[in-house]
Amino acid sequence: MTTDTQERPLVNLWLVKAHLLSAFVASLVSVLAGYLYSLQFTHAYPFPTVEWLSPGRVRLVHTSLIAYGFIVNGFIAGIYYCVPRLCGRPVWSDKVGVFGFWAWQITMLLNAIGLLLGKCQAVEWGETPTGFRPGTFEINFIPIDLLITVIAVALIIQFYVPLYQARNKKHIYVTQWYLTVGFVWMALTYLMGNILPEWYLPGASGAAVAGLFIHDLVGLLVTPFGWGLMYFFVPVILKKPIYSHWLSIIGFWALAFFYPLNGVHHFLLSPIPDFVEFGAIISTIGIEVVVTTVVVNFFMTMSGQTHALKESMPIRWFYIGMVFYFLTCLQCAWQTTWTAQEIIHFSDWVVGHAHLVMFGVFGFWVIGISVYLWPRVTGKEWYSRNLLAWHFWLNAVGIFTMFGTLMVSGLISGYAQRNLVPWMQMVNDNHAFWIIRTAAGLAIIAGLVLHFYNMLMTMWYGEEYDELVDEIHSLEELVAAQTVAA
Amino acid sequence: MERFEGVFIGALVCFAIAFVLSGVLPVMALNKVNNKYLTFEDLSQNVSDEFVELGRDYPEEFMKAYGAFIDKDQRSAVEVALKQLKNDWTKVDEKDLRKRLRKAYAESLQVGRDTYISESCWHCHSQYIRPVAKEEQRWGPVSQPQEYNNALSMPPLWGTRRVGPDLSRQRGVHTNDWHLAHLYEPTATSPNSVMPRYPWFFEGDVEKPGKRALSIVTYLQWLGTTFDQVPEALKKPSKNVEQKAEESK
Repeated sequence: MTTDTQERPLVNLWLVKAHLLSAFVASLVSVLAGYLYSLQFTHAYPFPTVEWLSPGRVRLVHTSLIAYGFIVNGFIAGIYYCVPRLCGRPVWSDKVGVFGFWAWQITMLLNAIGLLLGKCQAVEWGETPTGFRPGTFEINFIPIDLLITVIAVALIIQFYVPLYQARNKKHIYVTQWYLTVGFVWMALTYLMGNILPEWYLPGASGAAVAGLFIHDLVGLLVTPFGWGLMYFFVPVILKKPIYSHWLSIIGFWALAFFYPLNGVHHFLLSPIPDFVEFGAIISTIGIEVVVTTVVVNFFMTMSGQTHALKESMPIRWFYIGMVFYFLTCLQCAWQTTWTAQEIIHFSDWVVGHAHLVMFGVFGFWVIGISVYLWPRVTGKEWYSRNLLAWHFWLNAVGIFTMFGTLMVSGLISGYAQRNLVPWMQMVNDNHAFWIIRTAAGLAIIAGLVLHFYNMLMTMWYGEEYDELVDEIHSLEELVAAQTVAA
Repeated sequence: MERFEGVFIGALVCFAIAFVLSGVLPVMALNKVNNKYLTFEDLSQNVSDEFVELGRDYPEEFMKAYGAFIDKDQRSAVEVALKQLKNDWTKVDEKDLRKRLRKAYAESLQVGRDTYISESCWHCHSQYIRPVAKEEQRWGPVSQPQEYNNALSMPPLWGTRRVGPDLSRQRGVHTNDWHLAHLYEPTATSPNSVMPRYPWFFEGDVEKPGKRALSIVTYLQWLGTTFDQVPEALKKPSKNVEQKAEESK
């Protein structure tokens, strides 16, 4: 650990910049893969006989890179920025940070190659190759899961050092609670999901744990990191403290309690024992407490500041993400009932839901963070405000259209299944909606391409930027105001 | 309480609670109703008709794929028997043949399952039948946990999306040749299908199935055979199905 804290800057801006850039590189690869995959559904796939470009494998690259490439890189960038500022201490080691950065990107590349070579692991959202033949210990590829684990451990120590060192400070801000729990949950969830169903729990037992894994990834990794970052960036940008400390507390502990119990809602009406399914359903409805408290907290914070939606691009991204968050979670509470499950399970509806939350909520938050941080890490003003606006509208309209079309498509196939419509008839009925889905995907890609172009042009040709001065002061005021206002 | 130690311990406790309620308890409950876990060796005790038929119809490709898994001194006898099945099957001691094919069958099931995973089949096809939406009428009895307590269900391949139909009870629904044609080019058997093509399972032509083609067909034709692990009481169709059958008389 470095002793020369006077010369070492508090925040390592290079790491923030590196993770942001790679987040968007990964996002472009992922959405191109997604677009390609969608062409299979419209009978327009360009490479039908190339083994390593088979649609099924390309799909895996899409899902894996959006989560582990885009969202993770984006959140790590935000965390590198906010943790040192909140704790008043730098991260554990800049060298580890740089090593971790490169190691992660190389791992993601190897992950994508492994998936295209057919070495995936049969755990949904955990398809990163184990390196072993399924269910055995016969090596058949580089153990990506092991690499991810090692890098994750390094990152946990990296951020736990300042979080732990700051534990006796007078005020511990809500972001710090969310990040502390997010890291330990990340470790537990990842190990549980990648080990137990693969080698120790078959059938329904394995599926129960696999369901826990899928939801814990969303609820115990992505959600705490996401909201933690929102609790930091929104007050900093609005220069206003969060509306209510008590709502923060309730939202936090309700998330910790209810979220982990949701898992089995991914396998309702399956051979998993009913009592477990009922627990998951009740918990999924109980989670609305969390959702409501955080959303109310942030919208009341916004009250009186709605002009920021127009003036501040990051705020726009954050708040539309929160609207989608509220929508997705409310949808989830309804989806989890057996009544809804009969029709929507296994259908496109779920795909629409997943896209709205992964991209429309967390993706948008990563984008908002990048819009806020990019001038600060490059020292340059945004190259084009126009492109920022285009990006927003293309992505917002794109994701909402995708959500809508898949919802309708899902309902059609769900009811068709119940009405014993012949399978091929049902597939044909979905065709038009899949075309719309591909078009919506194009809008999303266009937005992201514009944004990446904007980022590069800013980095190379942007005008000078210097608004870093008053930020730290306002942050300390905000933290103090937040905890006193309880 | 919202300090480092407090939230850290809180996180562990909440994770543990969920792990017990949604993980440990169901595993314990399932262990009470499940039969013994079936390993690959157990599963290969009853070599399927379809596997033998693949050997009969594609003897060269079959021996190329599985020759190494048949005992050396029995290999030529097996080859002769497979060819004889086409000429005069009454001359073949099938029970003996199947015994010799056990290791090959185990290998075929495992490679078939591994291929199913590699190609992400589990992201478009499900493998459990629910007691709703008339799924019983489409695909057969509602799935029970006893059917999945085996090596081919670890990791479980239940799936979360049905672009294509559920495959829990595929055994005997289609012939081997239908499967081979369908895998080589899905639209040949199912016009307008959105399933991708898998020509790399074959050696240049649909009539020359490679190891992956033979294996995945064996695996698909195996799906549903573990229904015999389900207790009799749970095998009966639900009341709904019987009522509808009565009504339509």
